[in-house]
Amino acid sequence: MSRLWRRHSNWLAPTLFILPGIVLFGVVIIFASLQTIWVSFHEWDGVGAMVWVGLDNYRQLIDDPQFFVSLKNNVIWLVMFMAAPPLGLALALMLNQPIAGMRIVKSLFFIPLVLASVTVGVVFTWVYDPSFGLLALIFTAFGATASALLSDENFVTVAVVIAALWPQIAFCLVLFLAGLNNLNEELIGAGRVDGARGFAMLWNVILPQLREVSFIALAVTVIGALRSFDMVAVMTSGGPFGSSTVLAYQMYEQSIFSYRFGYGAAIATVLFVIMAGFIVWYLHTLLKVEEGNA
Amino acid sequence: MYPRPIPATAPARRGLYIGLVSLVLLLWLLPLFTVMVTSLRSFEEVMAGNYWGWPKSFNLIENYTAVFTQTAMAHYFVNSLVITLPSVVGVLVLSTLTGYVLSRHRFPGANLIFALFVGGNFLPAQIMMIPVRDLMVELGLYDTYAALIIFHVAFQTGFATLFMRNFIAALPDELFQAARSEGASPGQTLVHVVLPLVRPALAALAILTFTFVWNDYFWAIVLTQSDAVKPVTAGLSNLRGEYVSAWNLVSAATVIVAVPPVLMFFLMQRHFIAGLTVGAVKG
Repeated sequence: MSRLWRRHSNWLAPTLFILPGIVLFGVVIIFASLQTIWVSFHEWDGVGAMVWVGLDNYRQLIDDPQFFVSLKNNVIWLVMFMAAPPLGLALALMLNQPIAGMRIVKSLFFIPLVLASVTVGVVFTWVYDPSFGLLALIFTAFGATASALLSDENFVTVAVVIAALWPQIAFCLVLFLAGLNNLNEELIGAGRVDGARGFAMLWNVILPQLREVSFIALAVTVIGALRSFDMVAVMTSGGPFGSSTVLAYQMYEQSIFSYRFGYGAAIATVLFVIMAGFIVWYLHTLLKVEEGNA
Repeated sequence: MYPRPIPATAPARRGLYIGLVSLVLLLWLLPLFTVMVTSLRSFEEVMAGNYWGWPKSFNLIENYTAVFTQTAMAHYFVNSLVITLPSVVGVLVLSTLTGYVLSRHRFPGANLIFALFVGGNFLPAQIMMIPVRDLMVELGLYDTYAALIIFHVAFQTGFATLFMRNFIAALPDELFQAARSEGASPGQTLVHVVLPLVRPALAALAILTFTFVWNDYFWAIVLTQSDAVKPVTAGLSNLRGEYVSAWNLVSAATVIVAVPPVLMFFLMQRHFIAGLTVGAVKG
């Protein structure tokens, strides 16, 4: 045994090392994700036998107005979330000063990032409270009456996204501050000698150097927008009248509350296809950068 | 430096700058401040609608004692620790192993495995929800700590593998050549070369994983049902439904949920930032 082990340990040991990680991740994450696609071709209440229905669930999706509400809201999330990278960059530019005490100030700005989304949701539900919330207070100061944002079908998604932007901007801020710390001093110096100032300096000298960081900020923002679930669940439960659902939430609701696991799986598969397109683009760019570095 | 530093010789501009930054910071954290202040208010004051003014009385001890004794919050808090700490340990062990092999050993399919780890980590949780829930039911683990721990270890291993692989790949090659020329086995290399050098990476990874797992809400509501195993995030959401008008108590509970990750962040800030920006993806 021990001789056998010694002769083969050069490949056997690494295989044994990597195996637990691969098996666990493979079964619980990768295989489960693929299984969902399989479930989406069935009708299933989550307990009994699965009945093959082919593309029925997808046909129903196309006729389901709620599905298009979710899809529309996902687009709103995506579009509004695009504000996070520029705002994060703006904050980073404001905070990147070598003055005593700025370290503490920066870390205070990072706090929303480490809060649970449930915490953020509870905090903002309260900001939006129509009788005594911060928003109501501001409206009253101007002599207007605040509408109950979270029970207004037209504004509810926008209100939830604004709350979700809070930690997302903080995340982009962290990334851009790191980027600003890695700038090439010589290029900046040369730019200053050439008389580049203000916006021209930012656009022509600084931003090209932040390309990698911006790419990452954009990627995490897109993923964050498509993943949105917690805030919707905590702040509105998809309401009022299903007007604030997103694909992730509708899928959860259909499966857990309505016991339509096949239908839920079909919604999850649609979300997966949207995400997969994005992931492929991300990995492609990432690997290209790695090759460029090697 | 960009933007150009404000020189210490221009005190007026510095003063203006500090004033501006303080104002923005105040607005930025205003929602959080008010929750903290409200956690000190009395019930009567909350009922009277004094949400934003200076509190008329300070009820720090009363409110927090009430949260811990009258609600299940203390129990949820312990649950969160029981779920989070083993998950962190599991992720550190597994990702050190996978990261070491993927960075220092060449074998067919290595790139594919790496891509699956990274790509899988971006998947929306809902795509795996039904099979994972079903798996835990089949294994008899639904509504237990183990269900959440197993899931979190599996999922976080994706991001952690990317993180550890990059870190170990950046270690000096000479060390590994020296180990090989002295006839060290892969196991010996792992213990004597890799482990002593990856400690900073493990610290960063530990705090990131802690935050991700502690803050999880989705899996908490998908894989658990009873108060006996529910973590703080799901607990807070419940509490909010039960204590609709007792905003002072809900606020205190909110602060309790937020304290561990915020505390971890301030204690190990350097590691946290390094972790987020090196890996640059969030779980």
